[in-house]
Amino acid sequence: MIEVEHLTKSYGQARAVNDISFKVEKGEILGFLGPNGAGKTTTMRILTGYLPATGGTARIAGFDVFEDSMEVRKRIGYLPETPPLYPDMTVSDYLAFVARIKGVAAGDVAKRVEEAMRMTNITDRKDWLIKKLSRGYKQRVGIAQAVVHNPDVVILDEPTVGLDPTQRSEVRNLIKGLAGEHTIILSTHILSEVETTCDRVIIINKGKISAIDTPDNLTKQLKGGERVRIVARGDSGGLRSALETVEGARTVEVAASEHDGALAATVESDLGVDLRGRIAAKVVGGGFELLELRTVSLSLEEIFMQLTTEEKTTEENAAL
Amino acid sequence: MKGILAIFRRELNGYFVSPIAYIVIGAFLVAAGFVFSIILSSVMQYAMMAQAQAARSGAPPDIDVPLQVIRSFVGFVGTYVLPILVPMLTMGIYAEDRKRGTMEMLMTSPITEIQIVLGKYLASLTLFVVMLAPTLIYYLIVGAYSDPPLPWRIVGSGYLGLFLLGAVLLAIGAFISSLTENQIIAGVVTFVLFLTLLFIDLSVRDSSSSFAEVIKYLSILQHYQEFSQGVIDTTNIIFYLSGVVLGLFLTLRSLDSMRWRRA
Repeated sequence: MIEVEHLTKSYGQARAVNDISFKVEKGEILGFLGPNGAGKTTTMRILTGYLPATGGTARIAGFDVFEDSMEVRKRIGYLPETPPLYPDMTVSDYLAFVARIKGVAAGDVAKRVEEAMRMTNITDRKDWLIKKLSRGYKQRVGIAQAVVHNPDVVILDEPTVGLDPTQRSEVRNLIKGLAGEHTIILSTHILSEVETTCDRVIIINKGKISAIDTPDNLTKQLKGGERVRIVARGDSGGLRSALETVEGARTVEVAASEHDGALAATVESDLGVDLRGRIAAKVVGGGFELLELRTVSLSLEEIFMQLTTEEKTTEENAAL
Repeated sequence: MKGILAIFRRELNGYFVSPIAYIVIGAFLVAAGFVFSIILSSVMQYAMMAQAQAARSGAPPDIDVPLQVIRSFVGFVGTYVLPILVPMLTMGIYAEDRKRGTMEMLMTSPITEIQIVLGKYLASLTLFVVMLAPTLIYYLIVGAYSDPPLPWRIVGSGYLGLFLLGAVLLAIGAFISSLTENQIIAGVVTFVLFLTLLFIDLSVRDSSSSFAEVIKYLSILQHYQEFSQGVIDTTNIIFYLSGVVLGLFLTLRSLDSMRWRRA
């Protein structure tokens, strides 16, 4: 549905987007993850035909976003970072206006507006002036605006930014509900969001793709090893040496735990090696009081940090 | 066409759901009514004095009150009222959309920039006509009591001139609005530009050097004078229409450049 090849966007000397390629299949939800200024918005703006690319191509439903911009625009719904709302219009008037400029046939406008309001659960506010709505409702009107012409592709730039946790999960569920029928690209810098919402994730940093995969695979691939966390009571040096003798332990870290003076240790091993049994035996056998023992999985958050924090000092300069 | 109509309807509604249309129209009508009554009474006073003088000297008075009133009124509104009111109508046309982020939506919709520009322009022009139309009542009232009868041809040409002048000013104001996200800046710059045009016009009005002739030809207000004297010259009409086209063309280029500018 979406094919992006070697896409590049330069502003003078600076490259906001640098040689990005990816594909999105029909019905998929793709998450764009990256720190602020990584090039997410720029990429989305190129896909929507708002900005021309400096190099490379992007095609949506087989149409080039630059050459056949009008055809592409008919097929996409776009929610920019700030929802493009007219505060003095009512919700239903506003959606009818958007439907008309998106090319919905005059006879279908009312039906499409109803449908978009039903999907985004805003029918109860249809006669409200947009300026009177809460942030969460405004965001939903923004999403309704993006789907009112029933587009093949929906592009959402930071759809949950500025919402409270309840509203955020509502919007996430709403987005999940849209998938299947629509192909969705959304951007965010909140990791839990892609983990719960997206089929695939692109981690983008400084205009380049750092990784593309499913959230699960990404977690597996990038963590590079297993970790076990132990909380025990006893002598810290003794615990360290006991753990270091565990067969298969690659690294051992011991620190005083934040509560009740117990020790917290982390043991790392190669991928697929389960050390829990051996560790438990060693700790208990060494006369330590074992309080807790569990495997720790590296969250996407940590992977994201690893991928995006190298060369931190140059990042600010390169960031656009 | 459908796109233009959708934009046109939204823009016109936009004027009337916010206080702007009511304030501008209200202010205009108060100012226009005030100016009209002052002009009417001073012209009549002058006419009576001329009549008294004529009675003494025996020569017939040669003052046409209705004609003078129309000329003065149309001239005053075009020269001094429009440069103040038009910036208020145009300052938000694009600046507001850019600030709200709705410009991005319009520009990623399957409508062309020409449709956006025309829809918005026609809406502002319609509002302008709505603002101007109630002043025609003055002539109906004056016409009922007027002797000699009201020269409707001059009313017509005067208002055609006002319409065309307004059309050019609106196109220029819209262009300036498209250059910024801040409607206050747009309004002030537009107002200052109109004032400058007025001052330039006033400074060359009585000069006849060749430089002054060129300025006069280019002056928006100079062409307007002839309309208020009852002369409908195609040169003047074409001059104004070119002004409108130029303004719209520049607006179009300005929108286009938004895509190439650094976000």
